[in-house]
Amino acid sequence: MSELVWIFLSALVVNNFTLALFLGLCPFMGVSSRVETALRMGAANIFVLVVTSLSVSFLNAFVLVKAPYLRIIAFIVVIASLVQVVETVIKKVSPVLFRELGIYLPLITTNCAILGLAIFQTNRGYGFFEGLAFAVGAGLGLTLALVLMASIREETELADVPSIARGMGLVLIIAGSLSLGFMGFAGLLSSS
Amino acid sequence: MSEPALGVSASPHVKGGDSTPTIMWSVVASLVPVVASAIYFFGPSAALLLAASCAGALATEMCFGQRGTRRLCDGSAAITGLLLGLTLPPGLPLWMAFLGGAFGIGFGKLVYGGLGQNVFNPALLGRAFLQAAFPVAITTWPVRAESWWSLRGDNFALPLMSPATQDAFSGATPLGLMKFEQTATSSWDLVLGTTAGSLGETSGLVILVCGLYLAVRRHLEWRIPASIFCTVALLAGGLHLLDAARYPGPVFTLFSGGLMLGAVYMATDMVTSPVTHRGCWIFGAGIGLLVIVIRLWGGLSEGVMYAILLMNALVPFINRATQPRVFGAIEAEGGS
Repeated sequence: MSELVWIFLSALVVNNFTLALFLGLCPFMGVSSRVETALRMGAANIFVLVVTSLSVSFLNAFVLVKAPYLRIIAFIVVIASLVQVVETVIKKVSPVLFRELGIYLPLITTNCAILGLAIFQTNRGYGFFEGLAFAVGAGLGLTLALVLMASIREETELADVPSIARGMGLVLIIAGSLSLGFMGFAGLLSSS
Repeated sequence: MSEPALGVSASPHVKGGDSTPTIMWSVVASLVPVVASAIYFFGPSAALLLAASCAGALATEMCFGQRGTRRLCDGSAAITGLLLGLTLPPGLPLWMAFLGGAFGIGFGKLVYGGLGQNVFNPALLGRAFLQAAFPVAITTWPVRAESWWSLRGDNFALPLMSPATQDAFSGATPLGLMKFEQTATSSWDLVLGTTAGSLGETSGLVILVCGLYLAVRRHLEWRIPASIFCTVALLAGGLHLLDAARYPGPVFTLFSGGLMLGAVYMATDMVTSPVTHRGCWIFGAGIGLLVIVIRLWGGLSEGVMYAILLMNALVPFINRATQPRVFGAIEAEGGS
């Protein structure tokens, strides 16, 4: 049990996918201008991560044993079809959210955080429950980073930012500063 | 009386005498004893380092500040430089201190549009940058020099040259001793400040007195340090009762490392702390909790800097969550 908690917390803060491993930066930069949108993007990511993790456990246990060379192709096919499902559902349920997420929704397919999760999970030999804890932790970590970034960006919206740093420049600088802060967690949990 | 009895003007009608420069310069004035004690303990190295980090901060502010916001005279860049200098180890090469000051002001303040708009504390951002860029130089602590006049390390190392390291010079801070060798330093040494460490992380007593002065003049939100001290004391005390051999007691935790300096001078930065009273309590409690977590279970021996930076990032959130209800307002039913 403590192993599962360890995996969860490690993926959530210490090895936060976005701020410590720099995976999934594309939605982090693109969909972080509003807290609400960021939360929903995070939720979509959590869903895709969790279902990916389940499928990867299944694939690793039953299919890829016989054909390990198909690993990356199999992962990508699974992820792409999952994102299609999410896209169709969101388009039907909330057209507004669909428009807000825009190109970043289909781009979850190429979000390296998702493929990263699948590959980490395989390389570290996580089983079903470990993979689940890892996926939920990573998803919440992504959401945490997205929401933090979005709340800071809303705050700086009224600031008198010099023209050289306006827009994406400032976002990258904030991301770097956040990442410097998250360095404080380095080495946490590793000794205990 | 020649003035008309009925004055007509826009509100506010009662004004305090405080302005940004008066507050900033009074903070600088209150830092004088802290700086003096740093120079007393660490000799000329301390003075040189503080001058270098101030020079970095002021030069950046002067060169790159926007026309409207280029206000060297308001003292805020000087505070950033001084505070950054106080977090550095005395043996650090001067060019690193200069770079840290420049980075803190440039990427911590000016890119956001200058004073009052930054998200992270510039001094701490500069320190975190130095920690990431020069992890060895910034954790080399000299113990004791032969005389007060001698330098505490290779302060004059040139940029991009590795400084001449002298083994005799490297010591360990009380926190490092506690974490890696399980040796406790006596509380009395910690309170007075006769221990190894950064320039401003030695004498807790001096910092407390200066903070008290600022709090009385209301240039400092007393709720933030109070909340940090309470959280740290409670958590450290509780853990100490559980396992006294493994976890240090509350007095050690409060007076060791940069906790005093961070709690009194850095967490209370007016720009990067919450605006509501309830928010201040939450902010302080978060810092206290993160400090304990990073110190006791993290890979680093000191976590005050990271704790404050992380809570800085949460300030927009805290502000939103603790927004006071407008007097007389009622919750809208069923949303808008």
